[in-house]
Amino acid sequence: MRALDPRLARRAEPVRVLLGVDVALGVTTALVVLLQATLLARIVARAFDGAPLGAVTTDLALLGLAFAARGAIAWAFEAAGGRAAATVLSEFRLELAERRLKAQPAALDGVEAGEIAAAAVQGVDGLRAYFGRYLPQVVLACVVPLAVLGWVAAIDLTSALVMLVTLPLVPVFMWLIGRYTEARTRERWIALRHLSTHFLDVVRGLPTLRLLNRSGAEREDIESVSEQHRRATMETLRVGFLSGTVLELAATLGVALVAVTVGVRLVGGGLGLQAALTVLVLAPELYLPLRQLGAHFHASADGLAVAERILDLLEAPAEITASGTLPPLSPANEIVRFEHVSFAYPAREGLVLDAFDLELRPGETLALVGETGAGKSTVASLLLGLAEPTAGRVTVDGIDLARFDLDAWRRELAWVPQRPTIFRGTGSDNIRLARAEARDEEIRTAARLAGADGFVRALPDGYDTVVGEAGRPLSAGERRRIALARALLRPAGLVVLDEPTADLDRESALLVAEAVEQLRGRTVLLLAHTPALAARADRVVVLDGGRAELVHERTAA
Amino acid sequence: MTTLSRLLALVEAPRSRVALAVALGAGTVICGVGLMGTAGYLISRAAEQPAVLSLTVAIVGVRFFGLTRPLLRYFERLSAHDLALRTLGRARRRVYERIEPLAPAQLGDWRDGDLLARLVADVDALQNLYLRGIGPPLIALTAGVVSVSVAAAILPAAAIVLAVGLLTGGIAVPAAAVAMGRRTGRLEAAARGELTAELVETMRGAPELAVYGRADDRIERLREADRALVRAARRASFTDGTGDGARLLVTGATVAGVLAVAVSAHASGSLDRVLMATLALLALASFEAVQPLAQAARELTETLAAGRRLLELTDRAPAISDPADPAALPDEPFGLALEGVRARYRDSEQPVLDGLDLRLDPGRRVALVGPSGAGKTTVANLLVRFLDPEGGRVTLGGRDLRDYRQEDVRGAIAVAGQDSHFFSTSIRENVRLGRPAATDEELEDALREAQILDWVLALPEGWDTLVGEEGRELSGGQRQRLVLARALLSDARVLVLDEPTAHLDSATAKALMDSILGATRDRTTLLITHRTEGLDRMDEVHTLAYGRTTVECRG
Repeated sequence: MRALDPRLARRAEPVRVLLGVDVALGVTTALVVLLQATLLARIVARAFDGAPLGAVTTDLALLGLAFAARGAIAWAFEAAGGRAAATVLSEFRLELAERRLKAQPAALDGVEAGEIAAAAVQGVDGLRAYFGRYLPQVVLACVVPLAVLGWVAAIDLTSALVMLVTLPLVPVFMWLIGRYTEARTRERWIALRHLSTHFLDVVRGLPTLRLLNRSGAEREDIESVSEQHRRATMETLRVGFLSGTVLELAATLGVALVAVTVGVRLVGGGLGLQAALTVLVLAPELYLPLRQLGAHFHASADGLAVAERILDLLEAPAEITASGTLPPLSPANEIVRFEHVSFAYPAREGLVLDAFDLELRPGETLALVGETGAGKSTVASLLLGLAEPTAGRVTVDGIDLARFDLDAWRRELAWVPQRPTIFRGTGSDNIRLARAEARDEEIRTAARLAGADGFVRALPDGYDTVVGEAGRPLSAGERRRIALARALLRPAGLVVLDEPTADLDRESALLVAEAVEQLRGRTVLLLAHTPALAARADRVVVLDGGRAELVHERTAA
Repeated sequence: MTTLSRLLALVEAPRSRVALAVALGAGTVICGVGLMGTAGYLISRAAEQPAVLSLTVAIVGVRFFGLTRPLLRYFERLSAHDLALRTLGRARRRVYERIEPLAPAQLGDWRDGDLLARLVADVDALQNLYLRGIGPPLIALTAGVVSVSVAAAILPAAAIVLAVGLLTGGIAVPAAAVAMGRRTGRLEAAARGELTAELVETMRGAPELAVYGRADDRIERLREADRALVRAARRASFTDGTGDGARLLVTGATVAGVLAVAVSAHASGSLDRVLMATLALLALASFEAVQPLAQAARELTETLAAGRRLLELTDRAPAISDPADPAALPDEPFGLALEGVRARYRDSEQPVLDGLDLRLDPGRRVALVGPSGAGKTTVANLLVRFLDPEGGRVTLGGRDLRDYRQEDVRGAIAVAGQDSHFFSTSIRENVRLGRPAATDEELEDALREAQILDWVLALPEGWDTLVGEEGRELSGGQRQRLVLARALLSDARVLVLDEPTAHLDSATAKALMDSILGATRDRTTLLITHRTEGLDRMDEVHTLAYGRTTVECRG
């Protein structure tokens, strides 16, 4: 894993500040480590030569302070890292929301978008581990060994050479073993994933298993699959832990080697006790940062992954590049035309719409029929300004839609999506989404026309009942009717209805169809999947192979 | 019994393996202590410039500790992970055994993916009971005792200082860190929950917010919730590092203390000067045992929280049981009936069904329709005894359903529908679940009746095609046909089809209903649906509303 994704440093100022702080703290740690070792050696050496307690008291106090300083630095690393993590994610979150609302509203499936949002909040723990523990360790792994080597070289060149020999062997061997084992372990991890998701599969299917009288037999299965999982994992770990062991071996053998070398030279009189002890105490510090690096790797890998996913999203191309400035013409009065419009999703191959032509005449109800996935929702997105055509243009009275002010154009529209979102808040709040200044009576009228007044008034607090996930959940039909109320509340010239009766029971479907009738007089684009619904339209157009084909036109009676 | 002891009992951690892992872990630390202590002795003795031969033991000792430590560490890591994996296997089995009789009616909304994901995640968290929970403290205790004993053999006063230091660093510091973290953690968790809800809602509903021009208000709201979280998170970050920081402070004080005691002992003549360095380095190295404890305390609290959630589920007593003297199922064709049934799920205030009457006579095909949420699936649950009625009764062949064994009832009634689960295996295995002893011809027949045989045979891997998690590789229509095939394969005498055409478009739904009607021609069938396709060809149609039914009879 790279130590630092350069995008993080480029995009987030708190990260740059943190890096500066970490380097400063790292250098200070190195100095304190040297001080600590020197003091310890000095105290022992002086006492060895006969100094009483009183003579070394200052040194003892300083030693204690040195440790305290090290403790303070360790605290500071984590505090700074945690702060940076909180701030960086906050910046990312807000940018993410703004970008999604303004530039990429249709880019992601709603559920996926929700997952990324959740990660942008929960991911702070991983990022804290990354900024607070992993990054500082990287800095320390660069600074401390150098300082130790330098200091030891100044005291005793031979010892420094011994350390120098053992130190680089470590990463080299680790890299070699890592390369050798990586390919083998990766295949195993993939196989293991299947074993480990077995339990979730069984738990999810438990009712089905009980119905089939197979749930008892499954108990044995769980045990044997777990046992297989254990065996396979252990086989992988046996090899995987080797690189860590190499590091440990180098560290302890290095210390042992240094101790013996120094000891022998002491006997020969080539070195003083204080110098020898200093070198001995410093020896483990040489390897410590590297050893701890591995320990912090895993927790922080998750944090970095979350950050990178968010960065990818933030850097994805915007779906909506520009808004025009012209005040829009009303679709209630002018013809809206799709002129040879082609559209392809950036992530998918193939054209969803291919030189698609369509005319929406003022005041008519047009049904657009087609199989699921044929592109009906894409047509809606283009009209609503949630996407831009790849080729061709959408015009109102001949003027390209892109030249209009987007916000103003949207005010001329109302939309009932296939899966309407109910926001946290009351029933009124949800309907009021369409027009913030609406009065209560207007809301109730819209609700009545949409067939929603009945069930809303039946709620415990009526219109003031909190609905949605946090409050009282609504059924699919009820949500649809709230969305219709939104559309009715808005004095919009063009209403887009996306499969309004899909997944509804007979009664709800009838209510919704009646509410759709209330919209007559406005221009309505009805995306329909049932012939019954399409039959209510003035014109029916089929969308197939990316193109439109007129199927039926109701002649004026 | 505390949560921890109950969890340990649940997973039955094998004592010998725990002892082995602890011994290896403690051994690792002790070798580290031995290495530094012996090296300290070696160097101090060498400073007296004796004959090199007198250093041999020390030199061998240093090399021995240097070599042994990494080996012990390697084996310790393996043994600890092995223990964790065994614990996981056992935990999964035990939890499964406990929730098996409760699913689905007694455990909340089984359709909630989050509930299940959390259940599995909580079970997985139990494997940390040793590795990141009780292991580190046990190792610290063992290694600590050894270090203090060795120090006591050299200089008792130093041993006392060391013991105090280790206890402070090993118990007081982690406990204080956890206590501090808990308060700030709670505030942060609340702010986090709030912001997650707002942000997820914004992201999911972004298209509507954009079209209705509410983007700017939303962003303002988010900014506020975000500010609250950042404040709380920053406060929390202050407490994060205190555990490590305090530990280093305690280490320093202890080492300084040990040195002070050693120096004064030497000055008063009761300690050989070559042992001062040994004591100091021994003290320093023994704090390695204590180093992971702050983190372990934090992780243990999370593991215990997961455990508590699990215990709450597994403690629930199963509400459905078999009678002491079960009746045998009737040989002749039988019907099912609900008579004046009132039923509710454990947590709800209102009964879902109240005074419901429904008859399913042998050989008849009956439809039960009603809006979603009206209680239709509850009827299916009652028929297979996933739920017992609160009032009234459910009968099979005229006798109360409670007189029969659950296994017999479920063998006689096959339920298929949108909630039927597909396992992550092949088509063949999934369908064969209906009757494991079925022959290949019988499998073929079932697929043919469900009108999906040709499609399966046309697949490149045919029967053995893998269906992916939850049947992800299949379309809705295909999945429902395979579910139907599974139900037809079982020789159940009654078929209950629960919303088989949900989420399918009109054309597919109609085609599926045609297949269903063809396949169920001579079987007693209850069709539960909210759609209208195919209703005109059913024998009876009942509507469910307000917990009761109304009937529209046909033929």
